[in-house]
Amino acid sequence: MNLPSSKEIVEDMAFFDDWEQRYQYIIDLGKSIPPIDESLKTDKNRVRGCQSSVWLVSTERDGKLQFQADSDAVIVNGLLALVMAVFNDKTKDHILDFDINGYFKELDLERHITPTRGNGLHAIVAKIQTLAKTKT
Amino acid sequence: MNTRNSVLNMDEIRGQFPILHQQIEGKPLVYLDNAATTQKPLAVIQAITDFYTQCNANVHRGAHHLSDEATRRYEKSRDTVANFIHARDRKEVIWTSGTTEGINIVANGMAQRLQSGDEVLVTEMEHHANLVTWQQACVRSGATLKIVPIHDNGTLDTQAFASLLTQKTKMVALPHVSNALGTVNPVKELTALSKEKGALVLIDGAQSIAHGNVNVDDIDCDFYVFSGHKLFGPTGIGVLWGKEVVLQDWPVWQTGGEMIATVTYESATWGELPNRLEAGTPNIAGAIGLAAAIDWFTSLDLSAVQAHEQALMASVLEQAQAFEGLTIIGNAPIKMGVLSFILQGSHPADVGFLLDRQGIAIRTGDHCAQPLMRRLDLPGTARASFSVYNTLEEVDALFIALKKVQSMLA
Repeated sequence: MNLPSSKEIVEDMAFFDDWEQRYQYIIDLGKSIPPIDESLKTDKNRVRGCQSSVWLVSTERDGKLQFQADSDAVIVNGLLALVMAVFNDKTKDHILDFDINGYFKELDLERHITPTRGNGLHAIVAKIQTLAKTKT
Repeated sequence: MNTRNSVLNMDEIRGQFPILHQQIEGKPLVYLDNAATTQKPLAVIQAITDFYTQCNANVHRGAHHLSDEATRRYEKSRDTVANFIHARDRKEVIWTSGTTEGINIVANGMAQRLQSGDEVLVTEMEHHANLVTWQQACVRSGATLKIVPIHDNGTLDTQAFASLLTQKTKMVALPHVSNALGTVNPVKELTALSKEKGALVLIDGAQSIAHGNVNVDDIDCDFYVFSGHKLFGPTGIGVLWGKEVVLQDWPVWQTGGEMIATVTYESATWGELPNRLEAGTPNIAGAIGLAAAIDWFTSLDLSAVQAHEQALMASVLEQAQAFEGLTIIGNAPIKMGVLSFILQGSHPADVGFLLDRQGIAIRTGDHCAQPLMRRLDLPGTARASFSVYNTLEEVDALFIALKKVQSMLA
């Protein structure tokens, strides 16, 4: 299925008025993110710093970076969908310029993007930003 | 209120723990992460404050009133611990930073004595602290680490234990209570078996110490280790208890001040127990805080505490067994303080997060027992762990919240 755009996500999230609806939305997003192929779940693709297992695979095409991400925990998967909505198939400049912390703040999900939180989202974002800096 | 709870006055007990009376995410905090660390009663907080406000000084060396008073409180704390665990002599109580350091002191000494061909026995249910430490002692010494398997229900395979135990076994190290499964091991019987073969025995008491009635004399092990912070005391303080006959010539751990007898530029001789294993300025406030915790705990009726905890566990297990889609991990007939579980089709991290949003604090993950999780073929578990200040109403709150978690993740 097509995942919502970041604009749709921000609008949807603003509509909810309690934590249950908001996290139900993230859980549902997490369930709809297409799983990556088992063969790609390698140690090399695994992102450390996660209580759950998280894998990130990247490719580059037409000057843009494409990402596939997957986690065995559904909330992390939903949060990955939020990240994919702003980073997938975007130029490296866009990725590096994008204010991801502001985006999570707007979604009232700041707690997930801080390095102290053990869910690995911070590590994923850091890895994507590193790829945007280094890939030729 | 609390009429369902035992003869303990739960309002009085909970009143001693200021931290419990707060809201998380707009819901009353339900603290069920006691196997990670327990909360601190006012008596502990006050004892630490009193030390720093009334008599802070270094111990054993000052020629002044403050140092005398600090030393008195500090050494009295050692007596409190010795009485609490039924040590024969106060000098058998060595202050450490916690369980991990206690195991390291023993393993470091043992590594100097082990040789190729010797064996060390640990179990499949070890916390990393009692696994990696012995693994590395074996790597350094050339000894072999043997792992006693568990049954699928989380109990130790005592037949395998007996058959792995041979004349080559020089050291046996095992937990009194498993942190990940709650299994209570028959440590007295296993110690007796081990001693028949001449092995030294260390019991990791991290998870048993806060549930009352640890008696090292009765167990007859050589070493017993625990942390203060899991016994209502502060972090950074723990205890290594060892039999005097074993400890008196145990290889020194750290060297420096306090632990020496005489020093020249070329050599040094070591002091007597307990000082020889306590180099440097100790955690004075920590020791005093731990003693205050023990004084508070033993001021309760410990048989009522145990009855209360058994009632909590009975309710926990009854509700867990009746909960469709919940699998209890670890079904030992005798368990203490821990419910490890998974919700079918859900990752423990998701369960823990959605419980947290409802004010319920548990731990999720591998519980510092990665080989055990591999043995059970699990990415981890969710673990709710209980202490004396938890109520039956909080147990109910856990399962009500779990229902919501389950419906959200369905």
